[in-house]
Amino acid sequence: MNMTSDIPAQAMPVPATPPASRINPVHPRPAIELQEASVVFGKGPQSVTALSPTTLRMERGDFLALVGPSGCGKSTILRLVSNLIQPSSGLVLLGGREVAAKELRIGMAFQNPTMLPWLTIEKNVMLPLKIVEPFKRTFRQDRKGAYRDRVHALLAQVGLKDFAGHFPWQLSGGMLQRANLCRALIHDPDLLLLDEPFGALDQFTREELWQILQDLYLDRKPTVLLVTHDLREAGFLARRICVMSARPGRVISDRAVDLPQPRDIGVIYDPAFVEMTQGLRELIAQVRK
Amino acid sequence: MTDTTRIRLMSSSFILGFFLLWEVLCIVLNVSDLILPRPSEIVVTLWTRFPVLWPHILQTLYATLTGFSLGVIIGVSLGVLIGTSRVAYGVAYPLLVGFSSIPKVAVVPIFVLWFGSGTTPAILTAMVICVFPIVVNIATGLATTEPDLEDVLKTLGASKKEILWNVGLPRTMPYFFASLKVAITLSFVGAVLSETVASNKGIGNVMMTASSNFQVSLVFAGLIVLALMGVALYAFFSFLESRVTGWATRGNDIAIT
Repeated sequence: MNMTSDIPAQAMPVPATPPASRINPVHPRPAIELQEASVVFGKGPQSVTALSPTTLRMERGDFLALVGPSGCGKSTILRLVSNLIQPSSGLVLLGGREVAAKELRIGMAFQNPTMLPWLTIEKNVMLPLKIVEPFKRTFRQDRKGAYRDRVHALLAQVGLKDFAGHFPWQLSGGMLQRANLCRALIHDPDLLLLDEPFGALDQFTREELWQILQDLYLDRKPTVLLVTHDLREAGFLARRICVMSARPGRVISDRAVDLPQPRDIGVIYDPAFVEMTQGLRELIAQVRK
Repeated sequence: MTDTTRIRLMSSSFILGFFLLWEVLCIVLNVSDLILPRPSEIVVTLWTRFPVLWPHILQTLYATLTGFSLGVIIGVSLGVLIGTSRVAYGVAYPLLVGFSSIPKVAVVPIFVLWFGSGTTPAILTAMVICVFPIVVNIATGLATTEPDLEDVLKTLGASKKEILWNVGLPRTMPYFFASLKVAITLSFVGAVLSETVASNKGIGNVMMTASSNFQVSLVFAGLIVLALMGVALYAFFSFLESRVTGWATRGNDIAIT
């Protein structure tokens, strides 16, 4: 039940601005690079090490899932990459530059949909266009025209066409999470950061959203970093899975997922897939001790 | 009949019943109109003396609204400053609490000393009395904004100003309007207070003069006028509130109208 399959690809409007590749002619690789980055909260004997010095590289267009026991620093890595926190030591580079330089456009979705309750879904999804360059330059002229069409097309792609004018509290959790994905993607980010975005949803809604996310990813090919507890989610969506140890976290395993994309939801019952998730499960069970 | 109309009907009959009871009790207990005039007498006085009262009504309204507007401007600016900066919050709050605990009656003589009697002290009293609830509410609204909401904008690279405009201030609107409803009634109190002490214009002055001439029904007429103006302005801000912050009172069927 892929809800987006009947919508032709050309339904997406031509972007109002030139694609990122023409704005930043040189796209240095890799997209994300952590060099011995660590995070320590607090000072002195009270301090807590959230992340041991970690080195991690991600190529452009890759889809990496970070899994591991609770509190191992998975979300800390996301917060580092999105510049919400700074590393205590080491470097975090995006496209070869320090994070604060903001050369790459970032889209982020948290477990909590965090829609602004005073805005309609349409205006919530449009928010990044108001903040992020180069979209913000023409926001005043385009918000009722080109940007509005752009938002509606994306909402249609995730099956929320009729809910653009609704307020967040009128939508179910699954719908809010779809809108959340739209908000993370509306400004064509080079980098999509997802922090357990489907954690609070029921199994069926979750699987439905996996497929929507897969379609959106294959359609736009951003670099995706997904933090999740769900090993099947990681296996179904990602091209690469990194396992982290218990706190203070570091990456202890790094493996590719050799399944062609797009993947069908049935793949999660495939013996090879089950074997892979079993392996990951045992690995995490070991490091939890 | 819907719930809303029933509640409105009940509220109207409650008000009517209050005045009826007053009227009946005055007649039954044979209360002198020098002590407590009957509502019917007050209405008659209000009607016959209205041409005389009218300029005073305008004067009080002018002083109240001017003081209130100044109070809103100062209150919002201070509230934003204190609410967005942890340092400013810690530094300025004790002084603010100190200022707010001063009874406002006590500052009227100071204003009179500085600016003479008349309109200026009335405006200033209306202003100082309404600043504090606005500051506290704006500051609280901003300081309690969910970090998640701010993170959404931070990851997009938004500046502090953009976060304030797009998250902080809209999030604070329900607090702001709650404080406006308190502030507007307080402003009336402030303006009338100052008029009773030091002015030859305004409803407060009318009531003082009337009471020293034993025109008790005129004193009560002044009270009724004040109450009506207060209710009208309160209703105006409630209406504005329901328009601007409807998202915060959703599903509340008996939301204030």
